[in-house]
Amino acid sequence: MNFDSFSDFIAMGGHGFYVWLSYAIALLIVVINIVSPVLLKRKVFSDLARRLRREKKSS
Amino acid sequence: MEQIVTKEQSKSADESVLNLFWAVLKRDLMLAYRKKSDLFNPLIFFLMVATLFPLGVSPEPDFLAEVAPGVVWVAALLATLLSMDSLFRSDFEDGTLEQTLLSPQPLFIVVLAKVLAHWMMSGLPLTLLAPLLGVMLFLPAEGMSGLMMSLLLGTPTLSLIGAIGAALTVGLRKGGVLISLLVLPLYIPVLIFGTSAVQAAVTGLPLAGFFALLGAMLALGFVMAPLAISAALRISVSG
Amino acid sequence: MSEKKKWLPRWFYQLASPRWSYDIMGKLLPGFALVALISLVVGTIWALLYAPADYQQGNSFRIIYIHVPSAILAQSCYMLMAVAGAIGLIWKMKVADMVAKSCAPIGATMAILALATGAIWGKPTWGSWWVWDARLTSMLILLFLYLGVVALHSAIESEATAAQSAAVLALVGLVNIPIIKYSVDWWNTLHQPATFKLTERPAMAPEMWMPLLVMVIGFYCFFAVSLMMRTRNEILIRERRSSWVKELVGKQ
Repeated sequence: MNFDSFSDFIAMGGHGFYVWLSYAIALLIVVINIVSPVLLKRKVFSDLARRLRREKKSS
Repeated sequence: MEQIVTKEQSKSADESVLNLFWAVLKRDLMLAYRKKSDLFNPLIFFLMVATLFPLGVSPEPDFLAEVAPGVVWVAALLATLLSMDSLFRSDFEDGTLEQTLLSPQPLFIVVLAKVLAHWMMSGLPLTLLAPLLGVMLFLPAEGMSGLMMSLLLGTPTLSLIGAIGAALTVGLRKGGVLISLLVLPLYIPVLIFGTSAVQAAVTGLPLAGFFALLGAMLALGFVMAPLAISAALRISVSG
Repeated sequence: MSEKKKWLPRWFYQLASPRWSYDIMGKLLPGFALVALISLVVGTIWALLYAPADYQQGNSFRIIYIHVPSAILAQSCYMLMAVAGAIGLIWKMKVADMVAKSCAPIGATMAILALATGAIWGKPTWGSWWVWDARLTSMLILLFLYLGVVALHSAIESEATAAQSAAVLALVGLVNIPIIKYSVDWWNTLHQPATFKLTERPAMAPEMWMPLLVMVIGFYCFFAVSLMMRTRNEILIRERRSSWVKELVGKQ
């Protein structure tokens, strides 16, 4: 371990803001790139299911 | 052993390709000449953009002299971009483009002639007007020749690259701003070397290298852009 | 009847079937997701806790473990987008078109991440939030190329036409990337003092490049996961009228 204490770890020798901001943005982008397709998949399934039901009803 | 193609046949084929080139060039120049506003609008825009910089930033001669190469080049780039949308649009709207694509004539030649005609009505007048802007922006006299030569070599490349964007978006109703978005990243190398050539001319450094690079980009564009333009036209018209 | 020699492996032709691609990607997803998760978690902990700080830049050096993988991904993704677009253009393979379309937004976010971390790294290192450094500027132009592809896809209504146009654009961009890199590099040497170097370092010590490697692997696997998910969605949307999709939806 490179740090003596947890507060040292957060402070990152004075560069804490920059390091944590970078990792936070990275986390955000990773999450967006995973969550966005998952949400889209749900929407696609519900839209198609709705259309199928409508077709079945009309036939 | 019989020759597959006789000398006469080969000569007449070359002639017909050349005839095609001239025919398309003449037609496009004549059509453009009829709509004079298409010629003057980019020029007026060019002049106005160069006027905006002293107004918006500073009219100090030292400052303007320093930024003049870049400002003139950026203004020329934007003016060219503005005029690109009209390259294929009128032909697309009246069906001529579709006929051209269906004809057995080599699309490469037709496209090259159209872009050349377009450049003669946009890039070339810009190049000729550039010294006026140079004077307005206090560009030192040594820089003028560099400015004109760099624009002379650079604006045809801008027209060729811009034509790719125009071809990709000709089928869309509002192609204008989209062309800029597609084409601006590709313009950046031409811009960098064009302005550097002018700056080198101002400081008295040798220009041959810059012109060689600009010339190389033009040569590459000359050969490759019509391929991309033709492909994009076929896609846009059939889509 | 003798079989004609196949120039490409069988799986290449099988990929042409959207249904087969959908199934195979579904099978590959959990594996890649697991590797991605493990690599990213292990890599992040290693990068933040166990990797040494740079003696010049201190702990802000740890940003490299995000910046370099995202930059590598942004560039690889563009290559994949252009190649997939070319395959779709030449072989008229719908799945290749869908892969190319799905690459664009992911690549754009990778470029944004590389730019953001590059800028954030710049502040403690050089004192300003943005530097017109050659690599950052090239990455910015790459972002513009990505945004152009995304804009073209959204502007053209017909999916097939949009895919073909975007493929042409991506290929034109691909040819231009070396030219852009060269010109921006050259422009940078003219306007930047030579002391500014972002990721130019002498050979890295293993304590530094090992966590970097783990992060790069993690990012690649994460990219694969996101790409496969997006492509599967595209397949469902484009093939919504086919019986296998209707069957799949009906089962839910």
